[in-house]
Amino acid sequence: MTIYPPANVLVQKKACSVNPLKSSAPLGAAMAFMGMDRCQPLFHGSQGCTAFGLVLLVRHFKEAIPFQTTAMNEITTILGGIDNVEQALVNVAKRAKPALIGICSTGLTETRGEDVAPELRLIRQRNPELQNTAVVYASTPDYVGGMQEGWAKAVSAIIEAFVPARNQAAPLTPIRGQVNILAGVHLTAGDLEELREITDAFGLEAIILPDLSGSLDGHVPDTYCGTSYGGTSLEDVACMGASVATLAFGEHMRKPAEDLEAKTGVPSRLVLNATGIEGCDRLMVMLSEISGRPIPPRFRRQRSQLVDAMLDAHFHFGGKTVVMAAEPDLLLAYSTLFNDLGAVIPLAVSTVSTPSLQRVPAATVQIGDLEDLELGAKEHHADLLVTHSHGRQASARTGIPLYRVGFPQFDRLGSAHRATLGYRASRDIVFEVGNLFIEAMPNHLLRHGHDEHGDHSVHHEGACGCPGTLEASHGCSHSASC
Amino acid sequence: MLKQKLADVFNEPGCEKNQAKSDKDRKKGCTVKGLTPGAAAGGCAFDGAKIALQPVVDAAHIVHGPIACEGNAWDNRHAASSGPELYRMGFTTDMSELDVIYGGEKKLWKAIKEVIAKYDPPAIFVYQTCVPALIGDDVIKVCATAAEKFGKPVIPVNAPGFAGSKNLGNKLAGETLLDYVIGTEEPDDARPTDINLIGEYNLVGELWQITPLFDELGIRIRAGITGDARYHDVACSHRAAVNMLLCGQAMMNVARKMEERWGIPYFEGSFYGIEDTSASLRTIARLCVQQGADADLIERTEALIAREEARCWERIRSFTPRLQGKKVLLYTGGHKSWSVISALQEMGMEVVKSSVRKATDSDKSKALELMDGDAEALVGAIPNPEMYRMLRAGEADIMLSGGRTQFVALKARTAWLDINQERNYAYAGYDGMVELVRQMDKAVNNPVWQRVRRPAPWDADFTGFDA
Repeated sequence: MTIYPPANVLVQKKACSVNPLKSSAPLGAAMAFMGMDRCQPLFHGSQGCTAFGLVLLVRHFKEAIPFQTTAMNEITTILGGIDNVEQALVNVAKRAKPALIGICSTGLTETRGEDVAPELRLIRQRNPELQNTAVVYASTPDYVGGMQEGWAKAVSAIIEAFVPARNQAAPLTPIRGQVNILAGVHLTAGDLEELREITDAFGLEAIILPDLSGSLDGHVPDTYCGTSYGGTSLEDVACMGASVATLAFGEHMRKPAEDLEAKTGVPSRLVLNATGIEGCDRLMVMLSEISGRPIPPRFRRQRSQLVDAMLDAHFHFGGKTVVMAAEPDLLLAYSTLFNDLGAVIPLAVSTVSTPSLQRVPAATVQIGDLEDLELGAKEHHADLLVTHSHGRQASARTGIPLYRVGFPQFDRLGSAHRATLGYRASRDIVFEVGNLFIEAMPNHLLRHGHDEHGDHSVHHEGACGCPGTLEASHGCSHSASC
Repeated sequence: MLKQKLADVFNEPGCEKNQAKSDKDRKKGCTVKGLTPGAAAGGCAFDGAKIALQPVVDAAHIVHGPIACEGNAWDNRHAASSGPELYRMGFTTDMSELDVIYGGEKKLWKAIKEVIAKYDPPAIFVYQTCVPALIGDDVIKVCATAAEKFGKPVIPVNAPGFAGSKNLGNKLAGETLLDYVIGTEEPDDARPTDINLIGEYNLVGELWQITPLFDELGIRIRAGITGDARYHDVACSHRAAVNMLLCGQAMMNVARKMEERWGIPYFEGSFYGIEDTSASLRTIARLCVQQGADADLIERTEALIAREEARCWERIRSFTPRLQGKKVLLYTGGHKSWSVISALQEMGMEVVKSSVRKATDSDKSKALELMDGDAEALVGAIPNPEMYRMLRAGEADIMLSGGRTQFVALKARTAWLDINQERNYAYAGYDGMVELVRQMDKAVNNPVWQRVRRPAPWDADFTGFDA
């Protein structure tokens, strides 16, 4: 493991972003809204803003994505789009009967500086059709931040709209064992399932906001549904003030956590990273403190499995050069795990400058795009590219294998279930990536039975900790060389 | 500027639909009803323009706007290239808040400069989007200055998303080609058997299902406009002998104005279905001969058609044992759906319903004839919940439709095949029709349907395990 000083974060100097890493903030917000039960996300913009995002989400999740648009045109943009918002709300409420409509603004409507939020109350008064549909508005101009930022703004907007403020005179009685989890965009449906199992094991009842594991976990509902099916209910959101603690996952959830704490007084803690052994350990200790229970045996076993995976895999990670590109909190998760195993990260690329990037164990962190990643990969003779599916072109051109992480992953199945959180998921990542390194090894090394080692220069005797005379029970299979 | 263009494309005299409208309706544009907030689907004008121009595979395509326009959308289409891959790279000015405040023209200028320095493409297309259009960035001026300074074509595509629908964007892309590209270079090898395919984007490489036929006949594609196109070929495309216009009316303006300016005859055709493929080949041969090609082209074309049709039908019939009696829900716009119906019936498949939402009267009557006058089988739009109910109840074994209803079928645990005509059909020519049937066989006869439809052991209707 290399100990790096706080990362040197370089700002982007290019005028032209080549092969963008970033997806837009409104898309992040709409995806957060998809984690709400029976929700219809609505983009306030031109219909293309919706169509592009929708297509990308369909390709990633392989699910129907019920996005709608206020269908702004040049005239409505200039004159103001409140009428379009009103029409859209009424039309959506009539047709899909959602419990919630989550509106996100776009670059188009924000450039004019339209203030939608105050109008919503008037729109509701004018339209009794909306009485059974809640509405929330997140301001997410396309030209500020990426998915992570849009996602966080949507979560803040939900908290602002639906969590009741603490009544000083008659504060809620905390419900024992109830915790709030503010899930970041870097967590998959698989992560949230894992997280729920973990909190359950500590005897905690978690309200997860937003909860993609309820809606976009690729299940088959019994009837046709035109909205999201599953996710956090508004009733649950309304109860968040009665929780004993809030855990916010990812630096970008800091602001929503602060909003929630300010409104309810529920103390919050930030989980910066729950991938890799250190992050998992911290999470366990935190949950143990909150629940007042010891860490359940199953996690002790899982930790041991992760330790063993790291022992087996470090041969292959050690000395490998890896370049990565992801949004800050996801980047932190993967870079930490890779660094733990001895991989060297000369360059990590990210979307916006945030405090998380200071912690990324890389020689250089560049705010940039996948062209930066590709050039860095060539310059440093990287062994592996780590980024989302758009890295496939760079991988094809450079011949360097690609490990797909984050969003979008449109050329893979099951991305929603690939987890990063906890010991088990960390163990699986270690194996998956280790296997990629093994696959990339030259044949002559494999033929000589060196396939247990990532580096052919390592002496076999003692290198894996096994003595020269090997017993079968040792579990080391490269007996030929030991 | 944009306003004039819009008036121009809305006025397209070559478009039958347009000519049938009143003056008042014509001014409203192609989507007469306008887009309904909260009930609109599909891409914007920028999307349409990009779809139509991005298949120029050796050009760089720079999107001037905030990240959404390119970041959410790059490398997401299946227009295939037989060579250069530059068109698949995403270039965008990724406008920030400061760019919105101070204007993005300088950044765009620098972006063009960077792309030329690093990638040196034969041409650059620069796409205007909503935000810079709103703040008044003059993309046309920046492109003109860049073209002069760098000595290569830098082409402004003025189709911001809020201008209208995807279809409108197609048309504006056509205008862009007419204004800046077509006729700007001269070929040294023009022949009377050179044709252009207008409105063909080589999606999933379907163009290559047709090219062997052209090769055999000695017909050369001067330019795909813009499928698998090289910039130079599009620039020279005004020297082709014949224009074939595919995919309906979207690029009508290009075909008609090329006839007007360079006297190139055009016809509307399609390589979708056996009958249309043959008809298109015949027309191409006839027009090429009219333009000076050897008269024997017509005979050779007829011989090829006879051979290929026979071969095609024979291959389709070979699927009969596997597809006979299977029930199909055909859910397309209905435009030319009769040609699919006839192929399905050839194999003994039963078309339970066919939608005719966007079909012409002649399409409808042809379909009705094939369905033995069963008017109830020809339907308009089917709402998703009803579609789900039909499929869940097993009223069809497979649905053929576009991507929008994919998950209605899959969640109803029913076989589904994408035959979206809006993306110009992925199964072109004779081989394409056989491919469609082969895909259908693969889908509907997959054992997975039996497995996923079985109730779980805890369900009331569970009837026990396999023996």
